[in-house]
Amino acid sequence: MEILVCVKRVPDTSENEIVLNSAGNDIERDDLVFSVNEWDNYAVEEALQIADRVGGNVTVVTVGGEDDEEVLRREMAMGAKHAVLISDEAFEGSDGKGLATILKAFIEKGNYDLILTGVQADDGCAQVGGMLAAMLDYPFASLVNAIEVLDGKRIKVCREIEGGNKEVNEVDLPCVLSIQTGINEPRYVGMRGIRQVASIEIPTPCAADLGIDPATVGAAAAKVRRVDYFVPAVTKQAEMLQGSNEEIADKVIELAKAKGGFR
Amino acid sequence: MRTFAYILHKAGVVDDSATELLTAAKKLDPGASPIAIVTGWGPDLDSVCDRVRTFYGEVWKIGSEALAYPNAELVRSALVKVLPTGSVLLVAHEHFGIDLSPGLSVKLNSAFVSDVLDIDGVEGTQVKVVRQEFGGQISTHVRCDVSSGAVINVRPGAFKAANGAPVLGQIVDMSDEVGALSAKRRYIETLVAESGGVDITKYDVLISVGRGIQEQGNVGIAQELADAMGAAVSCSRPVVDAKWMEKSRQVGSSGKTVKPKVYMACGISGAFQHLAGIKGNPLIIAVNKNPKAPIFQVADVGIVADILEFLPELTNKVREARGISAKAGGRQ
Repeated sequence: MEILVCVKRVPDTSENEIVLNSAGNDIERDDLVFSVNEWDNYAVEEALQIADRVGGNVTVVTVGGEDDEEVLRREMAMGAKHAVLISDEAFEGSDGKGLATILKAFIEKGNYDLILTGVQADDGCAQVGGMLAAMLDYPFASLVNAIEVLDGKRIKVCREIEGGNKEVNEVDLPCVLSIQTGINEPRYVGMRGIRQVASIEIPTPCAADLGIDPATVGAAAAKVRRVDYFVPAVTKQAEMLQGSNEEIADKVIELAKAKGGFR
Repeated sequence: MRTFAYILHKAGVVDDSATELLTAAKKLDPGASPIAIVTGWGPDLDSVCDRVRTFYGEVWKIGSEALAYPNAELVRSALVKVLPTGSVLLVAHEHFGIDLSPGLSVKLNSAFVSDVLDIDGVEGTQVKVVRQEFGGQISTHVRCDVSSGAVINVRPGAFKAANGAPVLGQIVDMSDEVGALSAKRRYIETLVAESGGVDITKYDVLISVGRGIQEQGNVGIAQELADAMGAAVSCSRPVVDAKWMEKSRQVGSSGKTVKPKVYMACGISGAFQHLAGIKGNPLIIAVNKNPKAPIFQVADVGIVADILEFLPELTNKVREARGISAKAGGRQ
């Protein structure tokens, strides 16, 4: 099975606190630590496990610039066989549809049975996978938390729905799935693993290589664009308990008792 | 601009988001009479339409056996057939909306804006909305060109349901417009989550742990406090993703909905998906070492502390208060 995983390099929110810059027009980008989008990492792990079970190859792809190469190498160190960096100035400012348009052009040059994305990335839009599937006329399932390959033509997937329940679907291949965190336990990647893939050449196709009309991507084609970042006014603030841990503990017990929490 | 709202329903019951979408639609265009779209099959569909017409002036009913379960691919085909060019469609941003809307916007050749918290003005064909990024750490204004229509996913709970006077909207049966539907993705069944050994929905006090618990071995610290209080330990999503606790312990939109009297959020940042699972207005006590954690804007009482230090202290105090020795503090 040929599996493609679309990944993105994002500021790591477990390493950074995202704050407004002093000009108030962007987030503070100095000293941000970047990593692969958490959801995408689960998607790569899932692809590798499927390839282990039924055979096949895993390719990782991203749209971006030089800086984005590091996440591709990281995913290659995990076991992805190929990596592709789609890069062109014309892609700057693309919205979700622009990105899906770029990925579609790339996918049509290949022969993938299964295309995975993370459910969402840093902007929380959860949109590119669904758009890509619709553009390709492939079936799509979002929030996938289990995959079983039935045969070369169909897979069974579970979707995470409300209440911890799972919705089971049968999906024809080729298809696009967006992968939810927790589907697996992504393997650890050490510095040694990354060094081993450091010299592998990563192809960097541009718009012309993929036959993409620049007018259909980038800022000019974007119907949706971010105007600014801001911090909303605080409408409610908890009563902050002060004092020693002991004093605070007494207060917590008093409050919990008053609420009928325990006797 | 014609505005539509896709109505979620289950077992004949209309989802809360139906009235929230109405509020959002009015904010988009105060003069508009948004049209509700209900898809489904059988008696459930009729009872849902009857309910929805009490607050929407017009209801488009789309009945098809294929739509008995809301398979996003089939619903998308149906909507593409009935929605006029340039429509603005509002959809709740939950598991179905995430499945449906991005692809639908491609097929309608319209714009898509995801997980909208507020609508901050309309200028001509430009709609300005409020969203969040980085797991809610920061907000943004986003401008969306709706000149060729739009699908707008709205965060559940972000818009208050309107208490308008009841209306008696007309139901328009659009089923014949839709015809036969088929999909390359087929719904098989729903696997209902097992409640596990401990049913967290049955407790008055929950000690809920998040990423701040740091490792599986530390869950015992929360369990000791829970044992002393007669409470249960619940958790947020990252704890389940890390396989430190069972899915049945997770509170949130993709986990359990709980209604305790006291909810103690320990090392939980306070993502909206987690908060969506806390109902019944409990006393929320938040313990987090980051004084800027969003949970402090939701909690009633806040404590800036490392839970690994504070919880054992609290456990001792609770045991003292209840006259239990440390050894007898285990589960009965």
